[in-house]
Amino acid sequence: MNTALSWIKAYVPELECTDQEYTDAMTLSGTKVEGFERLDKNLKDIIVGEILSIEKHPDADKLIVCQVNLGDRQLQIVTGAPNVKVGDKVPVVIDGGKVAGGHDGGPLPENGIEIHNGKLRGVESFGMMCSIEELGSDRNFYPEAPEFGIYIFPEDTPVGADAIEVLGLHDTVFEYEITSNRVDCYSVIGIAREVAATFRKPFVPPVVEVKGNGENVNDYISIDVVDKDLCPRYCGRVVKNIKFGPSPKWMQRRLAASGIRPINNLVDITNYVMEEYGQPMHAFDLSTIHGNKIIVKRANDGEKFVTLDGQERTLDKDILMINDAEGPVAIAGIMGGENSMITENVTTVLFESATFNGANIRKSAKRLGLRTDASGKFEKGLDPRNAVDAINRACQLVEELGCGEVVDGIADASAPIPELRTIPFEPERINALLGTDVSVPEMLEIFKRLELTYDENTKLITIPSFRQDLIGFCDIAEEVARFYGYDKIPVTLPSGQGQAGGLSYKLRIEAECRNIAEYCGFSQGMTYSFESPKVFDKLLLPADAPERNAITISNPLGEDFSIMRTLSLNGMLTSLSTNYNRRNKNVKLYELANIYIPKQLPLTDYPDERMQLTFGFYGDGDFFSMKGVVETVLSGLGAKKREEYDPGSKKPYLHPGRQANIVYDGEVIGFIGEVHPAVCENYDMKTRVYIAVLDMPKIMPLTSYDRKFEGIAKYPAVSRDISMVVPKNVLAGQIEKMIAQRGGKILEKFELFDIYEGEQIDKEHKSMAYALSFRDKTKTLQDDDVNAAMKKIMNGLESLGIELRK
Amino acid sequence: MQEKLNEIRALALKRIQESDTPEKLKEIQIAVLGKKGELTSIMKTLKDVSPEDRPKVGQMINDARAEIEKNLEEASKKMQEQVRNARLKAEVIDVTLPAKKPVIGHRHPNTIALEEVERIFVGLGYEITEGPEIEKDYYNFEALNIPADHPAKDEQDTFYINGEMLLRTQTSSTQIHAMEQGKPPIRILAPGRVFRADEVDATHSPSFHQIEGLVVDKNITFADLKGTLAQFAKELFGEDTKVKFRPHHFPFTEPSAEMDVSCFKCGGKGCRFCKGSGWIEILGCGMVHPKVLERCNIDTNEYTGFAFGVGLERIALLKYEIDDMRLLYENDARFLDQF
Repeated sequence: MNTALSWIKAYVPELECTDQEYTDAMTLSGTKVEGFERLDKNLKDIIVGEILSIEKHPDADKLIVCQVNLGDRQLQIVTGAPNVKVGDKVPVVIDGGKVAGGHDGGPLPENGIEIHNGKLRGVESFGMMCSIEELGSDRNFYPEAPEFGIYIFPEDTPVGADAIEVLGLHDTVFEYEITSNRVDCYSVIGIAREVAATFRKPFVPPVVEVKGNGENVNDYISIDVVDKDLCPRYCGRVVKNIKFGPSPKWMQRRLAASGIRPINNLVDITNYVMEEYGQPMHAFDLSTIHGNKIIVKRANDGEKFVTLDGQERTLDKDILMINDAEGPVAIAGIMGGENSMITENVTTVLFESATFNGANIRKSAKRLGLRTDASGKFEKGLDPRNAVDAINRACQLVEELGCGEVVDGIADASAPIPELRTIPFEPERINALLGTDVSVPEMLEIFKRLELTYDENTKLITIPSFRQDLIGFCDIAEEVARFYGYDKIPVTLPSGQGQAGGLSYKLRIEAECRNIAEYCGFSQGMTYSFESPKVFDKLLLPADAPERNAITISNPLGEDFSIMRTLSLNGMLTSLSTNYNRRNKNVKLYELANIYIPKQLPLTDYPDERMQLTFGFYGDGDFFSMKGVVETVLSGLGAKKREEYDPGSKKPYLHPGRQANIVYDGEVIGFIGEVHPAVCENYDMKTRVYIAVLDMPKIMPLTSYDRKFEGIAKYPAVSRDISMVVPKNVLAGQIEKMIAQRGGKILEKFELFDIYEGEQIDKEHKSMAYALSFRDKTKTLQDDDVNAAMKKIMNGLESLGIELRK
Repeated sequence: MQEKLNEIRALALKRIQESDTPEKLKEIQIAVLGKKGELTSIMKTLKDVSPEDRPKVGQMINDARAEIEKNLEEASKKMQEQVRNARLKAEVIDVTLPAKKPVIGHRHPNTIALEEVERIFVGLGYEITEGPEIEKDYYNFEALNIPADHPAKDEQDTFYINGEMLLRTQTSSTQIHAMEQGKPPIRILAPGRVFRADEVDATHSPSFHQIEGLVVDKNITFADLKGTLAQFAKELFGEDTKVKFRPHHFPFTEPSAEMDVSCFKCGGKGCRFCKGSGWIEILGCGMVHPKVLERCNIDTNEYTGFAFGVGLERIALLKYEIDDMRLLYENDARFLDQF
């Protein structure tokens, strides 16, 4: 909301402060000032002058030479403006003065333009006459200004006066951020009331008096509110003999400062009252209202209605309409109808000032796709008492501006206006909540400034109707806090029992994962939780893949962000692709984030949010480097057993011969593999990409912070090597499992040290060699012990079809 | 015999002095002191000396032996030192040549900022918890005093799954879970992803993170809220950081406030960073609304509480001077490597 300070000062006449002081004080008391602009920021030394004579410039056809009277002096000014004549009163900027912009009305320069004496085609000029654009405004806000040329003042403007003052530009426009609970502050009166309370100055609202013409409004209109649940109040007043004309300058200036273009006296009055009282008004041409009757009721489903912007709208039974005896004339609170709109031929006007159910207006406006200034105000839920004040104010202005003749009385149909709310006054509880020691008289003084009345006998605070946000004790506490000063409230730490803080076990493990991933050279990425359903095709998932059962967002930003991911690969591959296509080398990323697995669709309960630890890289390294990362993570998290790899994982997005499920204690806890080349192509990568995904809910049970020192071996180890000819289909994993099973307690470790396939060996076999190490922690091993263990291992290996090389 | 001894000794010392390699010293040692060495041979002739002279001569031989041994040792030591010095001289490297760095990964700036915030609040006794990202309408809105027709529901541009389920728009939903699951005293910090229907640009993202704080206990005051958050700001942005609390409105707190911190770039003088105001808006906070407490069956006569919510990305962007939010979700290695 933007408002000129001069308008506020009209109701807080004793207010004196700098713009910055105003900003700080209002922000601290809860009316946040977003910014301000001084309208005269770049205007200096501009005086009202009268043109005494005009001569042609001797050397330039398009220039004229004017003698201008500035009251205390007379100056010669050369201008190219086409519109001035002798006797005109014009704004003149003198030597050393400043204007805000150029005459072309382009963007205003930051620091304005300084004007100096000079010569134009050899003729001296001692200043410049200004157009409205040069004064930093335009014809939208100064409609009387000419389209081209110098701004001309009214004839009665005193010569030598400060032109900036005459134009009403010694003013500052403040922009406020009003919170949604303070409906009353979406108005000049509301803000002025806060200003008065903040600066402890008297609040002097306008005194509203309507003279009337002696006639009775009931002879002109009757009002019937059928759907009272949607319309707590509907007031109408009638104005006859409308005389159109421009509204006065002061009104135009205030509207312009609020960003509203002056149009004519009638429109300006309704806009003015909307700004001043926060109450939207509507004006009907009474001659178009059939049966002199207003009926407020819900529309019919599918009914059509043409609004005053010429658009046909389709209505439904939850949209409230203003009707006359024959049919709808306006969509309540949103927009009037073309059939009842004001034209230049209007003679009698019906003013409407009403309050509607805010939520209904908001929903109706949304369904119609038609949000207006009025609906924006109504949807906040307006004060039914204010509706009467506003319509009276409008009628007062009609009389003051000579815009028409006001008929006596208000046609007022309203549901019973709720009684003013009362809230018990609990000063100790307020201090206890705030941690303050504000005295009772101090609190009462604050209430007084806010027009809250306190009854000593009942100990009740009565809330004025414009403060619909004050409902309970805590709201009163906030009022005390605001005007006692948030800055004066002490600074303490919670007393109470101390408590040991810390991360949940899950979060500690996740932090551990990040550490290990980073030690392994992987950087942390973050990607969105929602993605496109096309991802499933990119990842070559078949039509019946369970991953396709994803949760869908009903109102996504677009298809690309429409489903909640059921696997974490797309984010990783997209990020790797971004890096690859930006020619970053050897990129290694990990992500710790949820996938969302619905328990049933449509979703009626919480889905399974599964944290996934996803690794991805391209560049230096291969499948086995990724495998090393997985094993480092698992052992780093305290897993006690050895993980296994099952090549039967069958992930369509991975290389069919280079993938495996990661199995721990018989359970699949994740998968690893090289990304399928077709998938790489779908992600625009011409390189091998490796992926590993660990399903954290499956990882959690195998993690542990238990570590036990097992002593440093005192007795020597015995090494034995096994050299084997192995059938090709036997996997290293099978051999290792056999060695581990049969080696017994004394088997300390084993390691593959050679593998060979090729000319030296037949095509069905490969040669493999393991180094085994035996050790007994309690004694020096004897050959017999080792030989026995070796024999068991050998027998086991032979059962796999392995031939031992002796 | 004495003459012979002197001769052997003088010759040996001379040869030691002339030696230039450890091998030569070894030769001398063998030739003079060895089993068949000159001095050893003389020793063997000691039995021919008269018994009365024997101790004296024996002593002489031993003295000579000691002297030669001492000289040998000194010469050897000197030689070793020369060899070492020569090696050290030959091994000079250019220490300004490039380092060989171990390759380690980098943490996402969001996480670095989050861990800093968590560290501060863990120190104040907060438990770090989480809540679901796909949430029920009740927890995201209704229980937080945002009823069905409340304008705030629109303001937050919610992504809906259906009428009942939605993507949470704020971590404040975790407040309700915490109060339903635990009894006061409650002191939690709940970071997490939240979602709002904002188009992607330099300052907006449809998915971002918040950090929610909640304290419910006896005698919790607005002053405690101020004190807690002032300490948080000092620890996060520096000891000289000043804070300012401005009244604000949230449906689930009353009184409510927004907290600004003095600009850590210019110290509050006003700069481009703080748009000239000297202050930077950091978080929203307030005293938990009695309606919210009541809905969680907490006795408002006995307990009060405060809550706050911080935008994680906002802190990361400010603290690390990142000028475009999109960088946080692209995962360009050249970006991540800077953290």
